[in-house]
Amino acid sequence: MAVPDKRTTEDEVVASLRDGMTIGIGGWGSRRKPMSLVRAILRSSLTDLTIVSYGGPDVGLLCRSGQASRVVSGFVSLDSIPLEPHYRAARQSSSIEATELDEGMLLLGLMAAAWRVPFLPTRAGLGSDLLTVMPQIRTVRSPYPGPDGGEGEELVAVPALALDVALIHMNRADRGGNGQFLGQDLYMDDHMAMAAERTFMTCERLIATEDFADHGPLQTQRISRLMVTGVIERPHAAHFTECPPDYERDEAFQKQYAATAKSDEAWDAFRATYLDVTEDEYQRAVGVAR
Amino acid sequence: MSEHLNGAPTRAEICAVAVAETFRGDGERLANPIGTIPMVGGRLARETFEPDLVMTDGFGAFAANPMPPGAPTTEAIVEAWNPYPQMFAVLWNGRRHVMMGATQVDRFGNQNIACIGDWSRPRSQLLGFRGAPGNTINHTTSYWVPNHTPQVFVSAVDVVCGIGYDRAAALGPVAARFHEIRRVVSNLGVFDFETPDHSMRLRSVHPGVTVDDVVAATGFDVVIDTEVPISREPTDDELALIRTVIDPAGLREREVPNP
Repeated sequence: MAVPDKRTTEDEVVASLRDGMTIGIGGWGSRRKPMSLVRAILRSSLTDLTIVSYGGPDVGLLCRSGQASRVVSGFVSLDSIPLEPHYRAARQSSSIEATELDEGMLLLGLMAAAWRVPFLPTRAGLGSDLLTVMPQIRTVRSPYPGPDGGEGEELVAVPALALDVALIHMNRADRGGNGQFLGQDLYMDDHMAMAAERTFMTCERLIATEDFADHGPLQTQRISRLMVTGVIERPHAAHFTECPPDYERDEAFQKQYAATAKSDEAWDAFRATYLDVTEDEYQRAVGVAR
Repeated sequence: MSEHLNGAPTRAEICAVAVAETFRGDGERLANPIGTIPMVGGRLARETFEPDLVMTDGFGAFAANPMPPGAPTTEAIVEAWNPYPQMFAVLWNGRRHVMMGATQVDRFGNQNIACIGDWSRPRSQLLGFRGAPGNTINHTTSYWVPNHTPQVFVSAVDVVCGIGYDRAAALGPVAARFHEIRRVVSNLGVFDFETPDHSMRLRSVHPGVTVDDVVAATGFDVVIDTEVPISREPTDDELALIRTVIDPAGLREREVPNP
Protein backbone atom coordinates (compact mmCIF):
# COMPACT_ATOMS: atom_id res chain seq x y z
CA MET A 1 0.00 0.00 0.00
CA ALA A 2 2.31 2.69 -1.23
CA VAL A 3 0.57 5.97 -0.72
CA PRO A 4 2.79 8.80 0.43
CA ASP A 5 2.49 10.05 3.98
CA LYS A 6 1.12 13.59 3.83
CA ARG A 7 0.02 13.88 7.43
CA THR A 8 0.47 17.32 8.92
CA THR A 9 -1.16 19.61 11.50
CA GLU A 10 -3.31 22.71 11.34
CA ASP A 11 -0.53 24.84 12.80
CA GLU A 12 2.02 23.56 10.27
CA VAL A 13 -0.38 24.38 7.45
CA VAL A 14 -0.99 27.89 8.74
CA ALA A 15 2.74 28.45 9.23
CA SER A 16 3.13 27.82 5.48
CA LEU A 17 0.61 30.53 4.56
CA ARG A 18 1.53 34.13 3.83
CA ASP A 19 -0.17 37.50 4.18
CA GLY A 20 -2.13 38.51 1.12
CA MET A 21 -2.85 34.96 -0.06
CA THR A 22 -6.05 33.85 -1.78
CA ILE A 23 -7.57 31.01 0.21
CA GLY A 24 -10.50 28.89 -0.96
CA ILE A 25 -12.58 27.29 1.78
CA GLY A 26 -14.74 24.28 0.93
CA GLY A 27 -18.16 23.27 2.19
CA TRP A 28 -21.33 25.32 1.78
CA GLY A 29 -22.88 27.82 4.21
CA SER A 30 -22.71 26.19 7.63
CA ARG A 31 -22.03 22.73 6.20
CA ARG A 32 -18.85 20.61 6.33
CA LYS A 33 -16.50 23.55 6.75
CA PRO A 34 -12.81 22.93 7.59
CA MET A 35 -13.26 24.88 10.81
CA SER A 36 -10.20 23.60 12.68
CA LEU A 37 -8.06 25.10 9.89
CA VAL A 38 -10.09 28.32 10.04
CA ARG A 39 -9.54 28.42 13.79
CA ALA A 40 -5.81 27.93 13.25
CA ILE A 41 -5.82 30.94 10.92
CA LEU A 42 -7.71 32.90 13.59
CA ARG A 43 -4.91 32.10 16.07
CA SER A 44 -2.29 33.37 13.62
CA SER A 45 -1.19 36.85 12.64
CA LEU A 46 -2.06 36.25 8.96
CA THR A 47 -3.64 39.29 7.39
CA ASP A 48 -4.87 40.81 4.12
CA LEU A 49 -6.37 37.49 3.00
CA THR A 50 -8.71 36.99 0.06
CA ILE A 51 -11.30 34.35 0.98
CA VAL A 52 -13.16 32.46 -1.76
CA SER A 53 -16.11 30.53 -0.39
CA TYR A 54 -19.72 29.48 -0.48
CA GLY A 55 -19.53 31.31 2.77
CA GLY A 56 -20.64 30.48 6.26
CA PRO A 57 -19.01 31.06 9.65
CA ASP A 58 -15.59 30.67 8.00
CA VAL A 59 -16.13 33.97 6.22
CA GLY A 60 -17.88 35.64 9.16
CA LEU A 61 -15.09 34.79 11.59
CA LEU A 62 -12.32 35.97 9.26
CA CYS A 63 -14.21 39.21 8.59
CA ARG A 64 -14.70 39.81 12.31
CA SER A 65 -11.06 39.05 13.11
CA GLY A 66 -10.01 41.58 10.46
CA GLN A 67 -7.85 39.01 8.64
CA ALA A 68 -9.98 38.95 5.48
CA SER A 69 -9.57 42.00 3.27
CA ARG A 70 -11.46 40.60 0.32
CA VAL A 71 -14.29 38.07 0.12
CA VAL A 72 -15.38 36.36 -3.08
CA SER A 73 -18.60 34.46 -2.41
CA GLY A 74 -21.76 32.98 -3.89
CA PHE A 75 -23.48 33.95 -0.61
CA VAL A 76 -22.58 34.05 3.07
CA SER A 77 -25.14 32.32 5.28
CA LEU A 78 -25.44 30.17 8.38
CA ASP A 79 -28.37 28.20 6.82
CA SER A 80 -30.59 28.06 9.91
CA ILE A 81 -29.64 31.73 10.46
CA PRO A 82 -29.99 33.04 6.90
CA LEU A 83 -27.77 36.13 7.21
CA GLU A 84 -24.21 35.75 8.56
CA PRO A 85 -24.06 38.59 11.11
CA HIS A 86 -20.32 39.31 10.99
CA TYR A 87 -20.25 39.32 7.19
CA ARG A 88 -23.22 41.70 7.23
CA ALA A 89 -21.40 44.02 9.59
CA ALA A 90 -18.28 43.90 7.40
CA ARG A 91 -20.32 44.75 4.30
CA GLN A 92 -22.22 47.56 5.99
CA SER A 93 -19.02 49.16 7.30
CA SER A 94 -17.08 48.46 4.06
CA SER A 95 -14.32 46.82 6.10
CA ILE A 96 -13.92 44.26 3.30
CA GLU A 97 -13.91 44.42 -0.47
CA ALA A 98 -16.70 42.11 -1.60
CA THR A 99 -17.21 40.22 -4.82
CA GLU A 100 -20.69 38.72 -4.64
CA LEU A 101 -21.13 36.33 -7.52
CA ASP A 102 -24.15 34.41 -8.66
CA GLU A 103 -23.81 30.97 -7.04
CA GLY A 104 -23.28 29.23 -10.37
CA MET A 105 -20.74 31.83 -11.49
CA LEU A 106 -18.53 30.96 -8.53
CA LEU A 107 -18.57 27.31 -9.61
CA LEU A 108 -17.55 28.33 -13.14
CA GLY A 109 -14.73 30.51 -11.79
CA LEU A 110 -13.36 27.58 -9.82
CA MET A 111 -13.73 25.25 -12.81
CA ALA A 112 -11.89 27.73 -15.04
CA ALA A 113 -9.01 27.88 -12.58
CA ALA A 114 -9.04 24.09 -12.19
CA TRP A 115 -8.90 23.62 -15.96
CA ARG A 116 -6.35 26.41 -16.48
CA VAL A 117 -8.48 28.49 -18.83
CA PRO A 118 -8.88 32.25 -18.25
CA PHE A 119 -12.67 32.18 -18.09
CA LEU A 120 -15.80 30.13 -18.66
CA PRO A 121 -18.89 31.54 -20.37
CA THR A 122 -22.40 31.68 -18.96
CA ARG A 123 -25.64 33.57 -19.35
CA ALA A 124 -25.80 34.14 -15.58
CA GLY A 125 -25.41 37.82 -14.83
CA LEU A 126 -26.64 39.22 -18.14
CA GLY A 127 -28.99 42.15 -17.60
CA SER A 128 -28.49 42.15 -13.83
CA ASP A 129 -26.75 44.74 -11.67
CA LEU A 130 -24.05 42.20 -10.91
CA LEU A 131 -22.20 43.37 -14.01
CA THR A 132 -22.78 47.02 -13.12
CA VAL A 133 -21.54 46.95 -9.54
CA MET A 134 -18.68 44.54 -10.29
CA PRO A 135 -17.31 45.89 -13.58
CA GLN A 136 -14.32 43.55 -13.31
CA ILE A 137 -16.68 40.83 -14.58
CA ARG A 138 -16.53 41.19 -18.37
CA THR A 139 -18.51 39.75 -21.24
CA VAL A 140 -17.36 37.90 -24.35
CA ARG A 141 -18.89 37.40 -27.79
CA SER A 142 -19.36 33.81 -28.90
CA PRO A 143 -17.56 32.82 -32.11
CA TYR A 144 -20.15 30.06 -32.60
CA PRO A 145 -23.90 29.91 -32.94
CA GLY A 146 -25.65 28.36 -29.93
CA PRO A 147 -26.86 24.74 -30.09
CA ASP A 148 -30.40 26.11 -30.39
CA GLY A 149 -29.52 29.10 -32.56
CA GLY A 150 -28.36 32.54 -31.50
CA GLU A 151 -25.56 33.96 -33.61
CA GLY A 152 -22.65 35.75 -31.92
CA GLU A 153 -24.23 35.86 -28.49
CA GLU A 154 -22.73 38.00 -25.78
CA LEU A 155 -22.06 35.95 -22.67
CA VAL A 156 -20.60 36.63 -19.25
CA ALA A 157 -16.94 35.55 -19.04
CA VAL A 158 -16.48 34.34 -15.47
CA PRO A 159 -12.81 34.87 -14.69
CA ALA A 160 -10.76 31.97 -13.33
CA LEU A 161 -10.60 32.09 -9.54
CA ALA A 162 -7.09 30.77 -9.00
CA LEU A 163 -6.40 29.93 -5.37
CA ASP A 164 -3.07 29.87 -3.57
CA VAL A 165 -4.47 27.38 -1.11
CA ALA A 166 -7.70 25.43 -0.69
CA LEU A 167 -8.91 24.12 2.68
CA ILE A 168 -11.46 21.30 2.68
CA HIS A 169 -12.93 18.83 5.16
CA MET A 170 -13.87 15.23 4.36
CA ASN A 171 -15.48 12.46 6.37
CA ARG A 172 -12.69 9.97 5.65
CA ALA A 173 -9.21 10.19 4.18
CA ASP A 174 -6.04 8.16 3.92
CA ARG A 175 -2.63 9.47 4.76
CA GLY A 176 -1.82 9.92 1.09
CA GLY A 177 -4.49 12.60 0.77
CA ASN A 178 -7.29 10.63 -0.86
CA GLY A 179 -10.59 11.86 0.54
CA GLN A 180 -14.11 10.45 0.86
CA PHE A 181 -17.34 12.36 1.49
CA LEU A 182 -20.22 10.45 3.08
CA GLY A 183 -22.91 13.12 3.12
CA GLN A 184 -25.33 14.01 0.32
CA ASP A 185 -23.19 16.63 -1.33
CA LEU A 186 -19.52 17.16 -2.13
CA TYR A 187 -20.37 20.82 -2.84
CA MET A 188 -17.53 22.34 -4.89
CA ASP A 189 -14.68 20.87 -2.86
CA ASP A 190 -13.21 18.93 -5.80
CA HIS A 191 -13.12 22.08 -7.94
CA MET A 192 -11.66 24.07 -5.03
CA ALA A 193 -8.90 21.51 -4.64
CA MET A 194 -8.07 21.61 -8.35
CA ALA A 195 -8.24 25.41 -8.52
CA ALA A 196 -5.55 25.69 -5.83
CA GLU A 197 -1.80 25.44 -5.95
CA ARG A 198 -1.89 23.57 -2.64
CA THR A 199 -4.83 21.90 -0.89
CA PHE A 200 -5.01 20.90 2.75
CA MET A 201 -7.69 18.49 3.92
CA THR A 202 -8.91 17.68 7.40
CA CYS A 203 -10.90 14.50 7.95
CA GLU A 204 -13.04 12.98 10.66
CA ARG A 205 -11.14 9.70 10.50
CA LEU A 206 -7.92 8.69 8.84
CA ILE A 207 -8.30 5.19 7.45
CA ALA A 208 -6.20 2.76 5.44
CA THR A 209 -6.64 3.09 1.69
CA GLU A 210 -7.97 -0.46 1.45
CA ASP A 211 -10.75 0.41 3.93
CA PHE A 212 -12.48 3.17 1.91
CA ALA A 213 -14.80 0.60 0.37
CA ASP A 214 -16.06 -0.38 3.83
CA HIS A 215 -17.23 3.19 4.43
CA GLY A 216 -19.00 4.03 1.19
CA PRO A 217 -19.35 3.19 -2.49
CA LEU A 218 -16.73 4.06 -5.09
CA GLN A 219 -18.61 7.25 -5.99
CA THR A 220 -17.90 8.74 -2.56
CA GLN A 221 -14.13 8.68 -3.18
CA ARG A 222 -14.08 12.00 -4.98
CA ILE A 223 -10.89 13.63 -3.72
CA SER A 224 -7.66 12.25 -5.16
CA ARG A 225 -4.25 12.73 -3.61
CA LEU A 226 -3.25 14.28 -6.94
CA MET A 227 -4.97 17.41 -5.64
CA VAL A 228 -3.95 17.26 -1.97
CA THR A 229 -0.76 18.52 -0.33
CA GLY A 230 -1.44 17.65 3.28
CA VAL A 231 -3.98 15.75 5.37
CA ILE A 232 -4.95 16.12 9.03
CA GLU A 233 -7.01 13.70 11.08
CA ARG A 234 -9.20 15.84 13.31
CA PRO A 235 -12.49 14.47 14.57
CA HIS A 236 -15.10 17.26 14.93
CA ALA A 237 -12.94 19.55 12.79
CA ALA A 238 -16.09 20.94 11.15
CA HIS A 239 -17.75 21.89 14.44
CA PHE A 240 -20.06 23.87 14.73
CA THR A 241 -21.04 23.31 11.10
CA GLU A 242 -22.68 20.03 10.09
CA CYS A 243 -20.75 17.01 8.88
CA PRO A 244 -23.26 14.27 8.14
CA PRO A 245 -23.36 11.35 8.74
CA ASP A 246 -20.76 11.94 11.46
CA TYR A 247 -22.63 14.78 13.19
CA GLU A 248 -25.26 17.47 12.72
CA ARG A 249 -24.77 21.21 13.10
CA ASP A 250 -24.42 22.43 16.71
CA GLU A 251 -27.34 24.85 16.46
CA ALA A 252 -27.09 26.03 20.06
CA PHE A 253 -23.44 26.92 19.63
CA GLN A 254 -24.14 28.55 16.28
CA LYS A 255 -26.71 30.79 17.97
CA GLN A 256 -24.13 31.69 20.60
CA TYR A 257 -21.67 32.51 17.81
CA ALA A 258 -24.20 34.64 15.93
CA ALA A 259 -24.97 36.60 19.09
CA THR A 260 -21.33 37.75 19.25
CA ALA A 261 -22.15 40.29 16.54
CA LYS A 262 -24.23 42.22 19.07
CA SER A 263 -21.34 43.85 20.92
CA ASP A 264 -17.56 44.01 21.12
CA GLU A 265 -17.79 42.61 24.64
CA ALA A 266 -19.68 39.56 23.42
CA TRP A 267 -17.11 39.00 20.68
CA ASP A 268 -14.17 39.46 23.04
CA ALA A 269 -15.59 36.94 25.48
CA PHE A 270 -16.24 34.44 22.68
CA ARG A 271 -12.79 35.00 21.28
CA ALA A 272 -11.12 34.45 24.66
CA THR A 273 -13.02 31.26 25.42
CA TYR A 274 -13.19 29.62 21.99
CA LEU A 275 -10.62 31.14 19.64
CA ASP A 276 -7.55 32.20 21.60
CA VAL A 277 -7.13 28.56 22.61
CA THR A 278 -5.76 25.41 21.03
CA GLU A 279 -8.04 23.15 18.99
CA ASP A 280 -8.03 20.59 21.82
CA GLU A 281 -9.06 23.27 24.30
CA TYR A 282 -11.76 24.47 21.90
CA GLN A 283 -13.17 20.99 21.53
CA ARG A 284 -13.21 20.50 25.30
CA ALA A 285 -14.87 23.92 25.77
CA VAL A 286 -17.67 23.12 23.33
CA GLY A 287 -18.02 19.61 24.73
CA VAL A 288 -17.22 17.50 21.68
CA ALA A 289 -13.76 16.22 22.68
CA ARG A 290 -13.62 12.65 23.84
CA MET B 1 -57.24 19.62 15.18
CA SER B 2 -60.58 18.33 13.80
CA GLU B 3 -61.83 21.90 13.54
CA HIS B 4 -58.65 22.76 11.67
CA LEU B 5 -59.23 19.83 9.30
CA ASN B 6 -62.81 20.84 8.50
CA GLY B 7 -62.58 24.63 8.65
CA ALA B 8 -62.85 27.07 5.76
CA PRO B 9 -59.68 27.59 3.70
CA THR B 10 -57.18 29.90 5.37
CA ARG B 11 -55.28 32.66 3.60
CA ALA B 12 -52.17 30.43 3.68
CA GLU B 13 -54.11 27.71 1.88
CA ILE B 14 -55.40 30.15 -0.73
CA CYS B 15 -51.78 31.17 -1.27
CA ALA B 16 -50.69 27.54 -1.59
CA VAL B 17 -53.27 26.97 -4.32
CA ALA B 18 -52.12 30.14 -6.09
CA VAL B 19 -48.56 28.84 -5.95
CA ALA B 20 -49.67 25.47 -7.30
CA GLU B 21 -51.35 27.25 -10.21
CA THR B 22 -48.04 28.89 -11.19
CA PHE B 23 -46.69 25.41 -12.01
CA ARG B 24 -49.69 24.44 -14.16
CA GLY B 25 -48.56 23.30 -17.58
CA ASP B 26 -44.93 22.78 -16.58
CA GLY B 27 -45.04 19.03 -17.16
CA GLU B 28 -41.80 17.16 -16.53
CA ARG B 29 -39.79 20.00 -15.13
CA LEU B 30 -37.98 20.68 -11.85
CA ALA B 31 -40.47 22.70 -9.80
CA ASN B 32 -38.20 24.35 -7.27
CA PRO B 33 -40.22 26.47 -4.83
CA ILE B 34 -38.26 28.09 -1.97
CA GLY B 35 -40.15 28.82 1.25
CA THR B 36 -42.85 26.99 3.20
CA ILE B 37 -45.99 27.96 1.27
CA PRO B 38 -44.16 27.65 -2.08
CA MET B 39 -43.14 24.11 -1.09
CA VAL B 40 -46.70 23.27 -0.07
CA GLY B 41 -48.06 24.73 -3.30
CA GLY B 42 -45.55 22.91 -5.47
CA ARG B 43 -46.28 19.59 -3.77
CA LEU B 44 -50.00 20.27 -4.19
CA ALA B 45 -49.59 20.84 -7.93
CA ARG B 46 -47.73 17.55 -8.27
CA GLU B 47 -50.22 15.60 -6.16
CA THR B 48 -53.13 16.88 -8.29
CA PHE B 49 -53.02 18.39 -11.78
CA GLU B 50 -49.29 18.39 -12.60
CA PRO B 51 -48.13 14.86 -11.70
CA ASP B 52 -44.96 14.80 -13.80
CA LEU B 53 -43.24 17.63 -11.90
CA VAL B 54 -39.87 16.80 -10.36
CA MET B 55 -39.21 18.18 -6.87
CA THR B 56 -36.30 18.11 -4.43
CA ASP B 57 -36.22 16.77 -0.89
CA GLY B 58 -35.02 20.22 0.16
CA PHE B 59 -31.42 19.01 0.03
CA GLY B 60 -29.39 17.00 -2.49
CA ALA B 61 -31.96 14.72 -4.10
CA PHE B 62 -35.18 14.58 -6.10
CA ALA B 63 -37.91 12.99 -3.99
CA ALA B 64 -40.91 11.14 -5.41
CA ASN B 65 -43.02 11.47 -2.26
CA PRO B 66 -44.72 14.66 -0.99
CA MET B 67 -42.39 15.32 1.92
CA PRO B 68 -43.83 17.85 4.36
CA PRO B 69 -41.79 21.04 4.84
CA GLY B 70 -38.99 20.37 7.30
CA ALA B 71 -39.09 16.58 6.88
CA PRO B 72 -35.66 14.94 7.17
CA THR B 73 -33.98 13.61 4.04
CA THR B 74 -34.29 10.08 5.43
CA GLU B 75 -38.00 10.26 4.54
CA ALA B 76 -37.27 10.85 0.87
CA ILE B 77 -38.05 8.29 -1.79
CA VAL B 78 -35.14 9.31 -3.96
CA GLU B 79 -35.64 9.51 -7.73
CA ALA B 80 -32.20 10.89 -8.49
CA TRP B 81 -29.17 12.41 -6.80
CA ASN B 82 -29.00 16.15 -7.33
CA PRO B 83 -26.13 17.72 -5.39
CA TYR B 84 -25.43 21.44 -5.89
CA PRO B 85 -23.06 21.14 -8.85
CA GLN B 86 -25.74 19.11 -10.62
CA MET B 87 -28.42 21.64 -9.64
CA PHE B 88 -26.47 24.30 -11.52
CA ALA B 89 -26.25 21.99 -14.51
CA VAL B 90 -30.03 21.55 -14.44
CA LEU B 91 -30.67 25.28 -14.18
CA TRP B 92 -28.28 26.12 -17.00
CA ASN B 93 -30.00 23.40 -19.00
CA GLY B 94 -33.29 25.17 -18.36
CA ARG B 95 -35.64 22.37 -17.27
CA ARG B 96 -36.52 24.23 -14.07
CA HIS B 97 -39.11 26.66 -12.72
CA VAL B 98 -37.96 28.28 -9.52
CA MET B 99 -40.07 30.29 -7.10
CA MET B 100 -37.81 32.58 -5.11
CA GLY B 101 -38.43 35.18 -2.46
CA ALA B 102 -38.05 38.88 -3.15
CA THR B 103 -37.06 41.58 -0.69
CA GLN B 104 -38.03 44.06 -3.41
CA VAL B 105 -39.78 43.57 -6.73
CA ASP B 106 -40.73 46.23 -9.26
CA ARG B 107 -43.40 46.59 -11.96
CA PHE B 108 -41.31 44.75 -14.57
CA GLY B 109 -40.44 41.92 -12.22
CA ASN B 110 -36.91 42.98 -11.36
CA GLN B 111 -36.08 41.36 -8.02
CA ASN B 112 -33.68 42.30 -5.24
CA ILE B 113 -32.41 40.02 -2.48
CA ALA B 114 -28.85 41.37 -2.28
CA CYS B 115 -29.03 44.40 0.00
CA ILE B 116 -30.89 47.61 0.76
CA GLY B 117 -29.13 50.80 -0.28
CA ASP B 118 -26.08 51.22 -2.47
CA TRP B 119 -24.45 47.83 -3.14
CA SER B 120 -20.96 49.24 -2.60
CA ARG B 121 -21.87 50.23 0.96
CA PRO B 122 -25.23 48.75 1.81
CA ARG B 123 -27.47 50.13 4.51
CA SER B 124 -28.62 46.59 5.12
CA GLN B 125 -26.76 43.59 3.73
CA LEU B 126 -29.12 40.75 2.79
CA LEU B 127 -28.53 37.52 0.87
CA GLY B 128 -26.33 38.72 -1.99
CA PHE B 129 -27.22 37.79 -5.56
CA ARG B 130 -27.43 34.04 -4.76
CA GLY B 131 -28.89 32.28 -7.80
CA ALA B 132 -31.14 35.07 -9.05
CA PRO B 133 -29.14 36.32 -12.08
CA GLY B 134 -28.59 32.78 -13.37
CA ASN B 135 -32.14 31.64 -12.69
CA THR B 136 -33.88 34.51 -14.45
CA ILE B 137 -31.76 34.40 -17.61
CA ASN B 138 -31.92 30.60 -17.92
CA HIS B 139 -35.44 29.49 -17.08
CA THR B 140 -38.88 30.35 -15.75
CA THR B 141 -38.93 32.18 -12.42
CA SER B 142 -41.78 33.19 -10.13
CA TYR B 143 -41.69 35.09 -6.84
CA TRP B 144 -43.32 34.63 -3.45
CA VAL B 145 -43.96 37.54 -1.10
CA PRO B 146 -45.56 36.53 2.21
CA ASN B 147 -45.95 40.13 3.39
CA HIS B 148 -47.13 42.46 0.60
CA THR B 149 -46.18 46.08 1.40
CA PRO B 150 -45.06 49.19 -0.55
CA GLN B 151 -41.55 48.47 0.82
CA VAL B 152 -41.52 45.20 -1.15
CA PHE B 153 -43.49 46.22 -4.25
CA VAL B 154 -41.32 49.23 -5.11
CA SER B 155 -41.04 51.56 -8.09
CA ALA B 156 -37.36 50.65 -8.49
CA VAL B 157 -35.38 47.94 -6.72
CA ASP B 158 -32.07 48.95 -5.10
CA VAL B 159 -30.11 46.16 -6.83
CA VAL B 160 -31.35 44.12 -9.79
CA CYS B 161 -30.56 40.49 -8.90
CA GLY B 162 -33.28 38.67 -10.83
CA ILE B 163 -33.88 40.47 -14.11
CA GLY B 164 -37.31 41.72 -15.11
CA TYR B 165 -38.92 42.24 -18.51
CA ASP B 166 -37.39 45.68 -19.18
CA ARG B 167 -33.88 44.36 -18.56
CA ALA B 168 -34.61 41.27 -20.66
CA ALA B 169 -35.95 43.45 -23.51
CA ALA B 170 -32.79 45.58 -23.40
CA LEU B 171 -30.70 42.43 -23.86
CA GLY B 172 -32.64 41.58 -27.02
CA PRO B 173 -34.65 38.56 -28.06
CA VAL B 174 -31.71 36.18 -28.48
CA ALA B 175 -30.02 36.73 -25.11
CA ALA B 176 -33.35 36.77 -23.31
CA ARG B 177 -34.95 33.82 -25.10
CA PHE B 178 -35.17 31.70 -21.93
CA HIS B 179 -36.41 34.53 -19.70
CA GLU B 180 -39.91 34.25 -18.21
CA ILE B 181 -41.20 35.79 -15.01
CA ARG B 182 -44.45 33.93 -14.76
CA ARG B 183 -46.11 35.07 -11.54
CA VAL B 184 -45.72 36.88 -8.30
CA VAL B 185 -47.82 35.40 -5.53
CA SER B 186 -48.29 37.47 -2.38
CA ASN B 187 -50.45 37.19 0.71
CA LEU B 188 -52.86 39.64 -0.98
CA GLY B 189 -53.12 38.38 -4.53
CA VAL B 190 -51.61 36.95 -7.68
CA PHE B 191 -49.74 39.00 -10.29
CA ASP B 192 -48.56 38.29 -13.80
CA PHE B 193 -46.91 40.20 -16.65
CA GLU B 194 -49.43 39.41 -19.38
CA THR B 195 -49.69 43.02 -20.58
CA PRO B 196 -48.43 44.63 -23.83
CA ASP B 197 -45.30 46.06 -22.16
CA HIS B 198 -44.96 43.20 -19.62
CA SER B 199 -45.66 45.46 -16.67
CA MET B 200 -47.16 43.80 -13.63
CA ARG B 201 -50.90 43.10 -13.64
CA LEU B 202 -53.15 42.11 -10.79
CA ARG B 203 -54.31 38.67 -11.91
CA SER B 204 -56.54 37.95 -8.91
CA VAL B 205 -57.17 39.07 -5.36
CA HIS B 206 -57.42 36.56 -2.55
CA PRO B 207 -60.84 36.16 -0.92
CA GLY B 208 -61.30 38.93 1.65
CA VAL B 209 -58.86 41.28 -0.11
CA THR B 210 -60.04 44.25 -2.18
CA VAL B 211 -58.37 45.78 -5.21
CA ASP B 212 -57.94 48.93 -3.14
CA ASP B 213 -56.05 46.93 -0.50
CA VAL B 214 -53.62 45.80 -3.20
CA VAL B 215 -53.23 49.27 -4.68
CA ALA B 216 -52.56 50.73 -1.22
CA ALA B 217 -49.90 48.09 -0.52
CA THR B 218 -48.11 48.49 -3.86
CA GLY B 219 -45.52 51.20 -4.47
CA PHE B 220 -46.16 51.50 -8.21
CA ASP B 221 -49.12 51.57 -10.58
CA VAL B 222 -50.01 47.93 -10.99
CA VAL B 223 -52.20 47.21 -14.04
CA ILE B 224 -55.81 46.66 -12.94
CA ASP B 225 -58.29 45.14 -15.40
CA THR B 226 -61.94 46.18 -15.30
CA GLU B 227 -62.85 42.86 -13.76
CA VAL B 228 -60.38 41.40 -11.27
CA PRO B 229 -61.15 37.78 -10.41
CA ILE B 230 -61.00 36.32 -6.91
CA SER B 231 -58.20 33.75 -6.43
CA ARG B 232 -59.66 30.30 -6.59
CA GLU B 233 -60.26 28.41 -3.37
CA PRO B 234 -58.92 24.91 -2.80
CA THR B 235 -61.23 22.05 -3.62
CA ASP B 236 -62.18 19.69 -0.79
CA ASP B 237 -59.62 17.20 -2.08
CA GLU B 238 -56.90 19.82 -2.24
CA LEU B 239 -57.70 21.02 1.26
CA ALA B 240 -57.54 17.49 2.60
CA LEU B 241 -54.21 16.92 0.85
CA ILE B 242 -52.72 20.10 2.27
CA ARG B 243 -53.96 19.43 5.78
CA THR B 244 -53.30 15.73 6.09
CA VAL B 245 -50.50 14.83 3.68
CA ILE B 246 -48.47 17.81 2.51
CA ASP B 247 -48.32 20.00 5.61
CA PRO B 248 -49.98 18.19 8.52
CA ALA B 249 -48.04 20.29 11.05
CA GLY B 250 -49.60 23.48 9.63
CA LEU B 251 -46.28 25.29 9.10
CA ARG B 252 -47.94 27.29 6.29
CA GLU B 253 -50.04 29.16 8.86
CA ARG B 254 -46.87 30.56 10.44
CA GLU B 255 -45.70 32.02 7.14
CA VAL B 256 -49.01 33.76 6.39
CA PRO B 257 -51.29 34.14 9.42
CA ASN B 258 -55.01 33.98 8.72
CA PRO B 259 -56.45 37.54 8.79
